[in-house]
Amino acid sequence: MSILTLFIIIPVLTIIGILFSKSHMQVKWVSVVGMSLQLLAAIALILLYLAERRAGNMAEVLFVQDNVWYETLNIHFYLGVDGVSVAMIGLTALVVFAGIFASWDIVDLPREFFTSLILLASGVFGFFISLDLFTMFLFYELAVIPMYLLIGIWGSGPRHYSAMKLTLMLMGGSAFILLGMLGLYFNSAPDGGPLTFDLIKISKQHIPINVQLFLFPFLFVGFGVLGALFPFHTWSPDGHASAPTAVSMLHAGVLMKLGGYGCYRVAVFLLPEASHQLGWIFLILATIGVIYGALGAIWQKDLKYINAYSSVSHCALVLFAILMFNQTSMNGAIMQMISHGIMTALFFALIGMIYGRTHTRFINEMGGLMKVMPFLAVAYVIAGLASLGLPGFSGFVAEMTIFVGAFQNVDTFHRVATIIAASSIVVTAVYVLRVVGTLLLGKIKNEQFETITDAKWFDKMSVVALIFGITLIGMAPLWLSDMINGGLGPIMQKLLAAAPGLN
Amino acid sequence: MLIMRHELLLIAITVILLIVEIFLPNTQKHKIILPAILLMAAVTVIGFFPGTPGVLFGGMFQSTQLTMMFKNILNIGVLIVFIQSVDWLKQDQNKEKISEFFLLMLATLIGMNYMISSGDFLMFYIGLELATIPVAALAAFERLKEKSAEAGVKLIFSSALSSGILLYGLSMIYGTTGTMYFADVAPLITGVPLQVLAFIFFFAGMAFKISLVPFHLWTADVYEGAPVNVTSYLSVISKGAAVFIFTIILYTVFSKIAVMWSDLIYVVTILTITVGNLFALRQQNLKRFLAFSSIAQAGFILLGVIGQSQLGMTTVIYFVLVYIFSNLGAFGVVGIISNRTGKENINDYDGLYRTNPNLSLVMMLALFSLAGIPPLAGFFGKFFLFTAAAKQGYYILVLIALINTIISLYYYLLVIKAMLLNNSDHPIAKIRSDNYTRLGLLICVAGMVIIGFTSSIYEMVFNLSFGLY
Repeated sequence: MSILTLFIIIPVLTIIGILFSKSHMQVKWVSVVGMSLQLLAAIALILLYLAERRAGNMAEVLFVQDNVWYETLNIHFYLGVDGVSVAMIGLTALVVFAGIFASWDIVDLPREFFTSLILLASGVFGFFISLDLFTMFLFYELAVIPMYLLIGIWGSGPRHYSAMKLTLMLMGGSAFILLGMLGLYFNSAPDGGPLTFDLIKISKQHIPINVQLFLFPFLFVGFGVLGALFPFHTWSPDGHASAPTAVSMLHAGVLMKLGGYGCYRVAVFLLPEASHQLGWIFLILATIGVIYGALGAIWQKDLKYINAYSSVSHCALVLFAILMFNQTSMNGAIMQMISHGIMTALFFALIGMIYGRTHTRFINEMGGLMKVMPFLAVAYVIAGLASLGLPGFSGFVAEMTIFVGAFQNVDTFHRVATIIAASSIVVTAVYVLRVVGTLLLGKIKNEQFETITDAKWFDKMSVVALIFGITLIGMAPLWLSDMINGGLGPIMQKLLAAAPGLN
Repeated sequence: MLIMRHELLLIAITVILLIVEIFLPNTQKHKIILPAILLMAAVTVIGFFPGTPGVLFGGMFQSTQLTMMFKNILNIGVLIVFIQSVDWLKQDQNKEKISEFFLLMLATLIGMNYMISSGDFLMFYIGLELATIPVAALAAFERLKEKSAEAGVKLIFSSALSSGILLYGLSMIYGTTGTMYFADVAPLITGVPLQVLAFIFFFAGMAFKISLVPFHLWTADVYEGAPVNVTSYLSVISKGAAVFIFTIILYTVFSKIAVMWSDLIYVVTILTITVGNLFALRQQNLKRFLAFSSIAQAGFILLGVIGQSQLGMTTVIYFVLVYIFSNLGAFGVVGIISNRTGKENINDYDGLYRTNPNLSLVMMLALFSLAGIPPLAGFFGKFFLFTAAAKQGYYILVLIALINTIISLYYYLLVIKAMLLNNSDHPIAKIRSDNYTRLGLLICVAGMVIIGFTSSIYEMVFNLSFGLY
């Protein structure tokens, strides 16, 4: 049994523990213990992975566990990780850990809340460790469905509308994915032999180009919906704004990464020729998304909407980087997913904490919060600076890598796209600094705010864990980018074979 | 004798119950409940012992491993319906008719078993009629309620009409081939115009029974009017058996004109799924809602039928199995709430989770399973149906069906929204369900959770479907 099985077993045991726990407090502590173990397992996985690689194990995927599930259809329960998935697992474990603490003050139906939250997390973990398309899809849907309950029951604002919109759009995306998956399955053995859902085996096959061209849009759009591909991003601002704090964190921090990861791992990896031929369409959409999200954020007055639109912009940047098809930009895409995941989780956690104290999320109703809650205010500034890409924080590393990679494409089309996308950095700076200015600095606008208290211990747990992640990547990015680079080999080989002219 | 084991056992317990019935005074009828359920359970268990395949009556009756397995599936379904009905049967208005309920149910089950095992069209038709007419009596079981009586009449009229159409088709098949045996008819099907007409009549007759669009118009009224437990029986067991034999006949008898009927089914599938879904969207009454959802589900089953392969047959049977547990779970909850409070509208379920968390959870799981959400069995069932259709290259059809699953998810979520998300000033009060109801729902939940994870059930169905096509 490989270490990866732990990532399924721990959430399941935690859920069972929650169902049997007697009191409100017990529910929370069981969740904390479970997700702390999960975080430890993730750290152990990263260390073990690095040790294996240093020991010279150059297999494409490590810690493989392969069980036959449906024999006649050749469906396997097939787990394994490479550098990219290890990085994503680390991100997920960190955000979920912080999310548990951020939802410490849930009063209504806590048992159901934490069960759904951990169910969502287990779906995400399962997605990142599976190498069989069937199990991957299963975990994908498992991660999406609890969102409906989480937003619908514990959310705020137009929560019923947002929850329904989000669920239906994401499930619509998954319908596209399912079709693409079946197409891959029935073309997985062009030379005869058993059909398979095995990602690694399919990647070794040469799928006919006309099939690729048919399947690529389904798979890329299907995953792209979750990755907030313009114009399929509309579920995202509403969903984020209505969701309770921890759910926004998990959703923007982790769940949206499923989309980017799926585009990278399934659509581009398995269909390289079609990616080259059709990539430009999606590159245009991604570039629009980058700039549109950033401009959208400027006009918003609600803190959550600001951050939701900024997430659209940052996630579109992930797709943008993937579609640049070179090693540096791919690396940047993965870095950006991780950086944005931690950073946006921190943002949403802080917004939740501020809202819990001021009971408003409109920036022009607030001001001078630095005086009354210095800890949260400083954390907010850190998140903001990371978001606009200040060196020393993770955002800089990721965006720098992306744009350096993107600029390696010398033709005009890619250059123009890169320049447009890069200009979003300026826009980001505008809205981040504006929020920091009105929200934290200046005079206290409402005298009720004078009595506000600063962060409690559980708030601090959540915030410190995430800031640690941001600065760790910002200060010492090389181990992470090396780890990711190790996982990029196979996809780059396939892309180069598909179009030798590119670097 | 062993070849007809399932049928003989059912006839035996029917007779036993009939004799017991005679000695029970009118006030003591409820004493028949426990023996009836235990006997049915015994028959279900015995059904699983390995049997001998073979033919009787010169080929009119044929028993294969596949039919035996499907009979077991039906037995399980009927057993669950029996268990779920207890709460309803104990009501005052039904107290004197308890034994009739079991006897009529068993009669239809016997009819279905003969229908499934038929080796020629005559036996098929007799089984079909035996399976239909008692159901009409069951639909009108609460005869003092206007809607129930209406349901009974509607069912008998529409099934008489469809049987007429079916018979007309069968007579034309006899006219062109000179035989009624499946095995003899099959090679003589050449696709001459009269046979095509015969096939269309046969198809229309069956489409009535399975309630495919455009032959679905009776469904909603009957489902709404009939008692909930009879509705669940109609929507699951009757439909499942009809789909099974329909697929067998398509695959074995009409395999030569497969090109023709696959086009027909292609169109009917799209119509059925879409119309079923669009009408389900607008329903307020949960029984009507589930009626239209079951029309849509029948459309999904056709995706497996159009798969025309061992895989197709397997997915059809597997989905029926999954569907039995999911739909009976949903109907079980609707049934208990309807019996205790008389409330059947989606609005009435507002805030149900706060007062009845367990019932709401079962309902939620059942609806998620019907919508095809992992890790419940419905996900696997639907996924395999899509696989079967995609295998034949029907990608567009699969895409349309997939879009429809999103529509269906929307209306299933509406019910979940009412139960979990909405708050109500007057939610349905706490219901203390009896042990029978709990057992019935527990079996359904266990089925929904276990069937998907254990691939062995699927593999077993797959192996038995070998050689059919």
